[in-house]
Amino acid sequence: MSGLRVLVGCKRVIDYAVKIRVRPDSLGVVTDGVKHSMNPFDENAIEEAVRMKQKKVVKEIVVASCGPSQSQETIRTALAMGADRGIHVEVPAGTDANLQPLAVAKIFSKLVEKEKPDLVILGKQAIDDDANQTTQLLAGMLDWPQGTMASVVSASDGSLTITREIDGGLEDISVSLPAVISADLRLNEPRYATLPNIMKAKKKKIEKMTPDKLGVDITPRLKILNVVDPPVRQAGDKVPDVTTLVEKLKEKGHL
Amino acid sequence: MIPVRQCLKLAPLCCQIRHGSRMFPQLKRGSFNRITDEDVNLFAGIVGQNGIKTEELDHYNTDWLNTVSGFTELVVSPKSVEEVAAVLRHCNGRRLAVVPQGGNTGLVGGSNPVFDEIVLSLERLNNISHIDPYAGIVECEAGVILQNLSDKVGEHGYTVPLDLGARGSCFIGGNLATHAGGLRVVRYGQLRGSVLGMRVVLPDGQILDGRSNMRKDNTGYDIKQLFIGSEGTLGVITDVSLLLPQTPVSVNMALFGCDSFDDVIKCYRLSRQCLGEIVSACEFMDSLCMTSVNDILGLASPLEDSHPFYYLVETSGMNMDHDMEKLETCIEKVFESGCATDGVMATSKDQARHMMSLRENIAPALKAVGFNYKYDVSLPIQHMYSLVEKIRNKMRKTEGAFSVGYGHLGDNNLHLNIITPQYCTQALSLIEPFVYEEVSRLKGSISAEHGMGLKKANYLRYSKDPSMIAMMRSLKDVFDPNGIMNPYKLLPWND
Repeated sequence: MSGLRVLVGCKRVIDYAVKIRVRPDSLGVVTDGVKHSMNPFDENAIEEAVRMKQKKVVKEIVVASCGPSQSQETIRTALAMGADRGIHVEVPAGTDANLQPLAVAKIFSKLVEKEKPDLVILGKQAIDDDANQTTQLLAGMLDWPQGTMASVVSASDGSLTITREIDGGLEDISVSLPAVISADLRLNEPRYATLPNIMKAKKKKIEKMTPDKLGVDITPRLKILNVVDPPVRQAGDKVPDVTTLVEKLKEKGHL
Repeated sequence: MIPVRQCLKLAPLCCQIRHGSRMFPQLKRGSFNRITDEDVNLFAGIVGQNGIKTEELDHYNTDWLNTVSGFTELVVSPKSVEEVAAVLRHCNGRRLAVVPQGGNTGLVGGSNPVFDEIVLSLERLNNISHIDPYAGIVECEAGVILQNLSDKVGEHGYTVPLDLGARGSCFIGGNLATHAGGLRVVRYGQLRGSVLGMRVVLPDGQILDGRSNMRKDNTGYDIKQLFIGSEGTLGVITDVSLLLPQTPVSVNMALFGCDSFDDVIKCYRLSRQCLGEIVSACEFMDSLCMTSVNDILGLASPLEDSHPFYYLVETSGMNMDHDMEKLETCIEKVFESGCATDGVMATSKDQARHMMSLRENIAPALKAVGFNYKYDVSLPIQHMYSLVEKIRNKMRKTEGAFSVGYGHLGDNNLHLNIITPQYCTQALSLIEPFVYEEVSRLKGSISAEHGMGLKKANYLRYSKDPSMIAMMRSLKDVFDPNGIMNPYKLLPWND
């Protein structure tokens, strides 16, 4: 089987190594001047698509991202990793924090109508909202099978075998194409964007769109009421010997 | 040349402890007195029972590289400048030798006793007294760990002007005493340029208070500069005021693969031309270094193929878009000129950290392979790698030996390392004094940033004129007439 066309989604998020600060109005986190990068799970998604293309299972990779103008950088990174062309669905800066999974799934379902891919790969969840919903919503809207939390994907005639990471361990399923899958961290080790590829990526096409043009209403259905830091962890106590340890445990009612 | 992987198999993981006195058998103990119980009790009276250690002292006696080890029986840890002064006053009166010690991460055996010198640990002087968020100045004690200092000033949007791999263990006092270099000299200049004021205790217990927060102060001789880089031989640094740069908002990292060292130099030149003021690190390493970190520490190279040389450049600026524009121009020029055959750019902080860790973990990786002969030299840039090639050639008949070169390209500072399965005097005789003679011939420095310590003290003449050495001895006599401060270090004891 060869010549599949894949649509991969990626999201521009605050870099996972950055120390997050809550905004003074407690309605979100500070994003101004903060380093952003591609959502780590989306890197796995792109990497998987590129590997499938290297194995000649896939013939074209289209990468799409919904977000402000800077999302183009994220798309460029995906192009540098090996995607063929990009689609940027632009939303005004500042409103992107309210772009929720339901809206994104609707946008992607319109993109699927337009691009007619055989497979959609998304990251399992975004590290800013940790929603883990878009893949499932999209599969529902398209009435396509879904393989979520994928840690191994292999293709054979008209179907995919997927190993899923679940609470009890691993689950193997088979889905027929077309399908939607979501990438987990252990799916692969994403490649670095090499500089020659970064330069080549500048020449690849990125198509611009808006939710309006796609006929999608992105009004948020959920309202963020409050964002706070987790409570400060109390320091532990160091004890000099076992006797003291036992005493302290008794004091605190643990023994 | 033995292929790398074969070298690594021949050299089993080992650690070598060479007692300082045995590494230099001709070194005799100075005419110092020996510690008595009365001394110990007196010290306990000054610093408290918690400040005295007489057992389990290996960690103070032995250096990080496991190459030198002394025989101290006492570690004293004062918690204030007054306690430091009282301890030194007593040692001076009793003619007891003292080794001031910080994080014990030095690489030239300068922070460890050779015989039974008392270790004066700065670990309890670890207070960060004050941060001025407007002027960007921090006042702190000498025993503050560099990482902690960095975290604390980071809360105010500032960064420490030096950074090195030992940051989690080294003390700022030790960094000053050794005038540590590190990764960011190319951007922030040498550490001594960021020191506004310092307080030191002289060997006789006198407190020399040079504390100041003034950026400009031309009132008399700048005595604190003598102590910076004095490696604990003139006195003990207890407090410092440092000038801090702003924490950069946008940090980027690019790694290039080059076919020759000449190409590395071209790459470096182009990158400095395009990136200018945003450059914050310029490092290089050869392919054996990359293979070592890959194989020994499991850190993967971000490039698909292996290259003879790697050039790493980091940029730090206050505007991501501006920096990216400069970087993109740099990358285009580098590939147009053909001086790099491949390269990667970090697209996330994680990737940037990983790329820097490849460079920072060379020393730990090599340490695990066998005995390391380490040479940290300054050379004219075009000669930096030819020294590695010459040494490699000299060592070609020594079983299991391999030589690597890496370092701070932007400072013309080469780290030459030769690794053999075990310490062996025959191998040493091939390397020394050849390395020093070569460096001297090229008018370089035999110790760019590591200092002289114990290991290089006798080679001072290769980089310093006899008149200079004589003046150093005179100054040593001025500050330390009884010679109790870190004896056998820095100044030659056997010319």
